[in-house]
Amino acid sequence: MASSTTLSSCSEIPMDKETREEIVASDKKRKSSGEKLFITDDEEASSSHSQILNSPTGKKSSPMREDSVPEEDRGGDTSDGSALSCVKKCDDEEKVTEEDERLNLELTRAFDDISVATTGSEEDKLWNGNNISNLEKSENDDVLHRTMENVLGSGGSLNTSMISEEEGLDGGINAIWKGQKRHVFILSESGKPIFSRHGNEEKLVTLFGVMQALVSFVQDSGDSIRSIRMGGTIVVFFLKAPLILVCVSNLGESVAQIQTQLMYVYNQIVSVLTLKQLLQIFEKRRNYDLRRLLSGSERLLYNLCNLVESDPSFILGAVRCLPLATSVRDTISTTISQTLSKLKQDVVFAILLANNQLVSLVRMKKCFMHPMDLHIIINFIDASESFKTAEIWSPLCLPRFDATGFVHAHVSYLSDECQACLVLLTVNRDSFHALSEAKHRIVERLKRHNCLEAIIASMNNNWPTMSFVNVPEVRHFLYKNRSIAQFMAPALEAPYINGSSSLPDLNSTTGNENSFQNLSISSISSSSTCAGGTGAPHYLPPDLSEELQRLYSKYYRIHSRLHDRSRPVSLIYWVDDTENWLGWLTSTFELYVTFEPLVKKSAAINAINKLRKWVKKEEDRIFIMNSPTF
Amino acid sequence: MANRAAPGSATNQQQQQQQPAATRSNNGAPQNKVCQFKLVLLGESAVGKSSLVLRFVKGQFHEYQESTIGAAFLTQTVMLDDITVKFEIWDTAGQERYHSLAPMYYRGAQAAIVVYDITNQETFARAKTWVKELQRQASPNIVIALAGNKSDLAAKRMVDHDEAYAYADENGLLFMETSAKTAMNVTDIFLAIAKKLPKGEQTSAQGTAQGRRITDADQAPRSTPNCCK
Ligand SMILES: Nc1nc2c(ncn2[C@@H]2O[C@H](COP(=O)(O)OP(=O)(O)O)[C@@H](O)[C@H]2O)c(=O)[nH]1
Ligand SMILES: [Mg+2]
Repeated sequence: MASSTTLSSCSEIPMDKETREEIVASDKKRKSSGEKLFITDDEEASSSHSQILNSPTGKKSSPMREDSVPEEDRGGDTSDGSALSCVKKCDDEEKVTEEDERLNLELTRAFDDISVATTGSEEDKLWNGNNISNLEKSENDDVLHRTMENVLGSGGSLNTSMISEEEGLDGGINAIWKGQKRHVFILSESGKPIFSRHGNEEKLVTLFGVMQALVSFVQDSGDSIRSIRMGGTIVVFFLKAPLILVCVSNLGESVAQIQTQLMYVYNQIVSVLTLKQLLQIFEKRRNYDLRRLLSGSERLLYNLCNLVESDPSFILGAVRCLPLATSVRDTISTTISQTLSKLKQDVVFAILLANNQLVSLVRMKKCFMHPMDLHIIINFIDASESFKTAEIWSPLCLPRFDATGFVHAHVSYLSDECQACLVLLTVNRDSFHALSEAKHRIVERLKRHNCLEAIIASMNNNWPTMSFVNVPEVRHFLYKNRSIAQFMAPALEAPYINGSSSLPDLNSTTGNENSFQNLSISSISSSSTCAGGTGAPHYLPPDLSEELQRLYSKYYRIHSRLHDRSRPVSLIYWVDDTENWLGWLTSTFELYVTFEPLVKKSAAINAINKLRKWVKKEEDRIFIMNSPTF
Repeated sequence: MANRAAPGSATNQQQQQQQPAATRSNNGAPQNKVCQFKLVLLGESAVGKSSLVLRFVKGQFHEYQESTIGAAFLTQTVMLDDITVKFEIWDTAGQERYHSLAPMYYRGAQAAIVVYDITNQETFARAKTWVKELQRQASPNIVIALAGNKSDLAAKRMVDHDEAYAYADENGLLFMETSAKTAMNVTDIFLAIAKKLPKGEQTSAQGTAQGRRITDADQAPRSTPNCCK
């Protein structure tokens, strides 16, 4: 047992895998009603992600084409109110210190309460896995059992998971397939295979049949299936007519988190087809093979599945920004906005991305970019190495902005040297040449103001390292500014990164011409070879080091606990053999911290205060605090 | 035989485009003549459209070429005797779901390459329907080339060379079998198109402009179809 901290109760808690947590200070002040949560177990609540970069002017206006926004999205607008007050910068020094004091007090009190909160049965009550899914387990065990019998005629025990143990179910299942930590399946309501993240969905027909049968079996009894837990494996269903999405995971995420991930996958399909087309197709033909329409876009789904697993942005519902001096970023945004506003080409958003991080976002007045849509765009770019060799003009549906129609995306990299990608989105399908010229003007001007160099420098910098942040007790952290839906993380260092492996999200190499051939991804363009397991790069799960996987899993776990609305808690401290962990949720930020083991309580409090001060000091560099409009 | 201009990035070439406009009124030196043409590639997905363009523009070939999403725009310049021919190339995605967008790309195009895969009979049938569509809907003077790609895979050939040749002949199409992989006939087919395109002053510029909808792209001065000096 590594921990000999002053938190006396911690050292008594057995550290088995089944989670022993020190849950601190269940915050009575936190209103579970008004609070906006990011990860929720239904789409309604998760639509309350804050809009990225709300207008700092405080004008609350309905989004463009409001009538076309799906019903459940309406709730999202209410987050504007809370967001606005937070975006306003505190010029008033007194207010800052006051707020600081209050948070500090909260933190100290919380730590003092630790022994109370974690003793005996109280702790069990606070933390016994996931109440909801436990409940479901008992219900669904029965269903699963009987359905398995019906469908497979196996009558085997439930410990025989339908996924990993069904020997010879058919040819699609082999040892490698079984060894995957995470599967994602998409099928139509009638059971037609659409996508399998691993293996050839064509060969998994029986399995898809089982999943469809399970769903409809539960539906027949007027209920709907959400999850099945089998030992360390959880099967999560996300029913979104006309599709059924299923995730089988061993990674320890919560049901709600997996459902959020599946919603991203669903949104990706909507983004390719529009919701309108998706619904129409299945209305006309229940048995339609959707792979025909998705062919050519499979890589977007594969890449998204990888990103969702390897990049905390998705579970946090936030984006990372490329660190830049405010003056540089302002110049970039102003250049983009001035060049485009003269055009009258109905550009709704202009987005500059580098290494999957946001450099600048300029928007049309009254239009708001939802973090989920931005993630769809990030995935679109991240999945497409070929965009580096041409200008792209493609229809793209942003499900949160307008699920019924396409916007047209002009996508191009700034230059061979500066591998930042400019995405111009317009509602006008004839704007290509105008936007192409505008892009070249933008690049010229950015060159003149030395902005390209600044972007390149920041892309190569991997700033900040933990040693730069200079809080020695802290190994790593995630800080999310809730009001602007942005987060930051320091550069990954040992032990979370093995020297050679390059990580897709946080450490991607840039502008490396030589690696192009290797990175270039197979085209799976005919549906017969779709998901055929050709060994193309995107079939492989992301190359996370085991340590990093462990780090993220822990963060996700803490995140899940902090966002469990049924048992509100604002602060979690967790002692482990290898590290100590803290999760802290306030109305303005979310903080996840990995401490050195053996850190003392007072040192932990100090460290967090230092961390917060550092973030405050660097806020203008690591976040985008306002977004100009055209 | 004409020389291919040094391959450059689309960015560089884009900037060069602005130059001719300045010298447009100057009717002098013939070696300065620059012609600009819009060319579109059509055909079933996976026949090698993107690979042909990548070979022509960048001199590269990727065994794992990403499937095209939407359409990709590239430019390449070739020298034809004393004339600089600049291609504005639209590489389209062949998928069913993009079909309704195709007119956006072939509208106003002076040239088209319809591509099929010689190892796949279906793609040849699909190529024929593309040709029909172009003959019906595109500019009347459009120069169409038929490319039987993947000629390096002759062992798996399913489309007879002579059959394709005869079809092309009947329909007044240029025809070549190409290989993006070995580079065989790739530059040649673009050059053959360049040769066939009218490089005179007014004639075809007016002709092609007829009977198609005016778009922003067409109105933009630098996109004025055809030649300038
Ligand atoms: N052997 C061979 N393969 C080719 C050739 N051209 C393209 N390919 C391959 O065919 C696949 C599809 O090519 P792509 O250019 O994406 O086709 P597109 O969908 O028409 O753009 C890719 O894997 C290419 O590597 C060729 O000339 N010979
Ligand atoms: Mg292509």
